Amino acid sequence: MSREDYEVVIGLEVHAELSTETKIFCSCPTKFGAEPNTQTCPICMAMPGTLPVLNEKVVEYAVKAGLATNCTISQDSKNDRKNYFYPDLPKAYQISQYDKPLCEHGYVEIETENGPKKIRILRIHIEEDAGKLNHDDFGGGSLVDLNRAGVPLIETVSEPDMRSIEEAEQYLRKLKSIFEYIEVSDCKMQEGSFRADVNVSVRKKGDSKLGTRTEMKNMNSFRSIARAIEYEIDRQIDVIENGEKVEQETLRWDDVSGKTFSMRDKEDAQDYRYFPEPDLVAIKLSDEYIENVRKTLPELPESRKARYLTEYKLSEKDANIITSSKHLSDLFEEASSICKNSKAVNNWIISDISRILNEEEMEPSEIPFNSEQLAKMVVLIDKGTISSSIGKKVLEELFANPKDPEEIIKEKGWIQISDEGAIKEIVLKIIEANPQSVVDYKAGKDRAIGFLVGQAMKETKGKANPQMLNKMFIEELKK
Amino acid sequence: MEITDLTVHELQEKLKNKELTSSKITKAYVDKINRIEPQIGAFVTTLTDEAIAKAGKIDKKIETGEIQGDLAGIPIGIKDNICTKGIKTTCSSRMLENFVSPYSATVMEKIENKNMINLGKLNMDEFAMGGSTETSYFKKTKNPWNLDCVPGGSSGGSAAAVASGMVPWALGSDTGGSIRQPASFCGVVGLKPTYGLVSRYGLVAFASSLDQIGPITKDVKDSAILLNLIAGHDEKDTTSVELDKKDYVKALKNDVKGLKIAVPKEFFGEGINEEVKANLEQAIEKYKELGAEVEEISLDIAKYALATYYIIACAEASSNLGRFDGIRYTYRTPEFNDLKEIYKKSRSEGFGAEVKRRIILGTYVLSSGYYDAYYKKAQQVRTLVTKEFNKAFEKYDVILTPTSPTVAFKIGEKSNNPLEMYLADICTVSVNIAGLPGISIPCGVDSKGMPIGMQLIGNKFCEETILNAAYTYEQATNFRQNYKPTFKGGAE
Repeated sequence: MSREDYEVVIGLEVHAELSTETKIFCSCPTKFGAEPNTQTCPICMAMPGTLPVLNEKVVEYAVKAGLATNCTISQDSKNDRKNYFYPDLPKAYQISQYDKPLCEHGYVEIETENGPKKIRILRIHIEEDAGKLNHDDFGGGSLVDLNRAGVPLIETVSEPDMRSIEEAEQYLRKLKSIFEYIEVSDCKMQEGSFRADVNVSVRKKGDSKLGTRTEMKNMNSFRSIARAIEYEIDRQIDVIENGEKVEQETLRWDDVSGKTFSMRDKEDAQDYRYFPEPDLVAIKLSDEYIENVRKTLPELPESRKARYLTEYKLSEKDANIITSSKHLSDLFEEASSICKNSKAVNNWIISDISRILNEEEMEPSEIPFNSEQLAKMVVLIDKGTISSSIGKKVLEELFANPKDPEEIIKEKGWIQISDEGAIKEIVLKIIEANPQSVVDYKAGKDRAIGFLVGQAMKETKGKANPQMLNKMFIEELKK
Repeated sequence: MEITDLTVHELQEKLKNKELTSSKITKAYVDKINRIEPQIGAFVTTLTDEAIAKAGKIDKKIETGEIQGDLAGIPIGIKDNICTKGIKTTCSSRMLENFVSPYSATVMEKIENKNMINLGKLNMDEFAMGGSTETSYFKKTKNPWNLDCVPGGSSGGSAAAVASGMVPWALGSDTGGSIRQPASFCGVVGLKPTYGLVSRYGLVAFASSLDQIGPITKDVKDSAILLNLIAGHDEKDTTSVELDKKDYVKALKNDVKGLKIAVPKEFFGEGINEEVKANLEQAIEKYKELGAEVEEISLDIAKYALATYYIIACAEASSNLGRFDGIRYTYRTPEFNDLKEIYKKSRSEGFGAEVKRRIILGTYVLSSGYYDAYYKKAQQVRTLVTKEFNKAFEKYDVILTPTSPTVAFKIGEKSNNPLEMYLADICTVSVNIAGLPGISIPCGVDSKGMPIGMQLIGNKFCEETILNAAYTYEQATNFRQNYKPTFKGGAE
């Protein structure tokens, strides 16, 4: 059988670090990138005798995430201990939630070729992050950094509802954008604040029973998630085609070799010995509390999209792209309101900005310039101060070294040449250098004007006003 | 009368009317420690020099009026599982032999804020697991009433130090009887408060849903005074309860007329030593004389409390003790090849046999496939035990039982028989399972002169009721005036 005879089934477990100021069980700061072990205290270092105190913001953020993904919020929830030994886990247990998660039975909607599709969410629960091990920094040993220990996480577990890599990626992007919209996580994949474990299985098309799944860890970008799934699908199909059985196991994705590796053998099969955390009281939420959190929810992507279709007359496709990220969406709305040219802003975002993000493998949240700077660039084009081809250069400069576009064009000398005398000088120079085009034009070939304008733009490094060039070439050649 | 024979409220009087100073008191205790600690072995760490220095400073401050308060300059001893900043907290384990806590427990902060003086850290069963203080990695503490006998446990160091006059009072911790049983064995007063009354922050956890810190004192009034200090909600311990502050000393009315006392027959049946039983029966008669209404009841479910206790306590312990892994502040095995070996060898070498036994038990009952049969079932029984106690407290104010089925046993007598050792907890564990307050007070001695303890159990957060009941009995019987530890026996 060929690959086309198989159907792939994907489920995702997404860990998002919550952007609370302080950790989940103590008052240490959560900021990323501090010197090792400087954001620690006896509690998150698990000194004997210390006790956790649940950060109420963590519950609020998780409830927000649950409401934004259409979950039912549990009014009677609790924390549990997940026990295992590892040096980055100082208590030797992670405080998580086992059988009573805060949020259950939600869904998000993604776009597919066959229209919108609901991906069901089994549960969202709160838990603490572990620390980090730094290997080999100092001789042969490993050093433990507990800054991240106790940083709050929500784990969002999907049902196995995705049937392709594209759907999995769409789901991830959707979830990420929702968390960004409701501002519960900054979802920075490189910093590990948004990471996914992927469950993949394959089955023959038409089978109703799920195949044996494997779980993959250690992917830190959409690209590596997609590559890992692709690799794993091929591997599992090969295994089955060879008449063997897929083993249920946890795999580690290695981005360099592009392969998955088994993380532990069966002898080490973990038994986490979950049991209710006796150091914390149950989490009881009133209807009123949940309603109050609901009231704080901002406009979500779906609703923004609908508004963009009518208010800005964007195409469905453009609206999808822009609302996929809160950052892009905010950039669009803010810049549009400043420059009063939403069409141009939309075009810049859809074409050049998206292209650069793609090329640089950047997240929209990493765009270094602000909406005011983008709007100013659009205004400069609209006023004719620069051409749109100079605009592209300005945009690149905004990515590299963001500042006021007016300053950029002054510094770089990119101000458009709109002086009639100067334009005439260029036109005459180009006509003289391209006699054949003149002949062509006079023979009725209008296209020759385009070539001449192009030559003039080249000559002026894109600074000449193209409309004026066009007009003046025609005038001169008609003489 | 020696200074070290005085109760704390007597010391307070003498400090107030300038008969004594903190220095005089502290020196008297330090002398006593120097004299008899070699015999008793109650301390893991003594702070005698520090204590004398601090007492001098406090006296000066009291003189200038810089500090005031009833407790300023009063010494105390602390069980070695309560974290003390800058001072070793070993839990009597090789695992924490050199552990110095970077912070102080909430109860220690309260003690320090009152300018009290810490005389040292007291021996205990390793990680509070045991009923004889024999599982301590460092030493065996002797019972001051008979040096061949155990002081009980796990707060055996605390009880022996109070009974022998090396500290005026002490803090212990009680997970299944660890304050009350050694208090009973050593003829002193031990109170386990209601779960949630005293902050556990800084108490090295054995079983989080059962542990409570409480006072071990010479008499009931001292117990009330120390409880006044340590009780109260702590924002660092969310299982501590917010309640209006009570004055437990004021609750000591020396009057039990009309008090309804229940005597559960199951606590007087098989396995209870006849002399203990006879003594308790006399105590019951005393209460009747004093005007209390005593009735026999049945607390049938209590017989399941012991099994329930050992499942829940071990389960929680197996998780709580995971952090002692050889990675950071604990003992680490000197030679290892990989991470797994650090864990295996450090934990094998750092923990004693009883601790390992309980970690293994606890790991087993939480394992997948066994969880429902053990841990979950135990939680269900726990609910039933609690309900049955609640029902009893609808009708009665106090439940009266022996604290322990026997008096203090000989050192080594039970140390090779864990099950028999566990059975010694039969009278005390149900109180922890139900989260109730319980006090043990001495109610006589057996034919060999060993003290016998009576346990009074109260409804949740009704410490004042059992304290008053205990106080009234104590005032009527005068145990302390009639009996004193004899320091007999011992190798020397």
